[in-house]
Amino acid sequence: MSFATRGFSGRRRAPDDRLPPGQTLVQDWPVLSAGPTPHVDTADWEFTIRDETGDDHRWTWDELLALGAEDVTLDIHCVTHWSKLDMPWRGVSLDKLFENVESEHEFVMAHSYGGYTTNLPLEDLLDGKAWIATEAEGEPLDPEHGGPARLLVPHLYFWKSAKWIRGLTMMPSNDPGFWEQYGYHIYGDPWKEERYW
Amino acid sequence: MTHHLDGNVLAGALSEVFTTDVTAARARCGGCGRMSPIAEAMVYTDAPGLVARCAGCDQVLATVVDAGDRLILSLAGLSAIELRR
Repeated sequence: MSFATRGFSGRRRAPDDRLPPGQTLVQDWPVLSAGPTPHVDTADWEFTIRDETGDDHRWTWDELLALGAEDVTLDIHCVTHWSKLDMPWRGVSLDKLFENVESEHEFVMAHSYGGYTTNLPLEDLLDGKAWIATEAEGEPLDPEHGGPARLLVPHLYFWKSAKWIRGLTMMPSNDPGFWEQYGYHIYGDPWKEERYW
Repeated sequence: MTHHLDGNVLAGALSEVFTTDVTAARARCGGCGRMSPIAEAMVYTDAPGLVARCAGCDQVLATVVDAGDRLILSLAGLSAIELRR
């Protein structure tokens, strides 16, 4: 009788086990964009969290980095069916940014330079699950990939990881962002293939 | 570099759901009011869907999402479309 199973040894899972359903592994990093690429200088960059009191919590580029960036290696999954594994990123945990934010609201709208938006439950941004990313693969983020900074929420389809992030607004309800209005799933879990409405 | 095509690229997807060639139709942008053929829009194709933007003000005029067995179309950025009989 054999009861040895994959995963029992504690070794890292084989790449196929790390691909959500319907995804294909890529080695390059495709650029997707729904509009013109904004070019934002770090000297002008600002990040804001707005709560229901209307109070803004603001960080300049230097203030963001002063919170302490960390290196993480993770897998990303695009809703257009590609996944990229073991990708090195550097960013500031959202836990640090939300440390002094008091809000009763459970949802967040992410806003980008250029006008893009995407909605997320607040709990998906906390407890080490999300970052404001400033580097990928050892380099500062290119504007085409969302630089100078993008949201990084790797456990959801990558359209949730808003490029050119400029702020988060707390919301009492889970209002749809850009792609969520136009046909994509309100949550976007790649392991459940939550692609469309 | 992020690039875009003109509105003619919408013709294939829209021909699945419209009996007339909508790309030839004139339409008014709900943002700046510009009146022009859909074919003159700037369409971003390297995206999770087709995104047509006004050539005058960049506002999103229309989106097309291919959801496999469904096509999800938004024309929310247009205030009107002129369809010839």
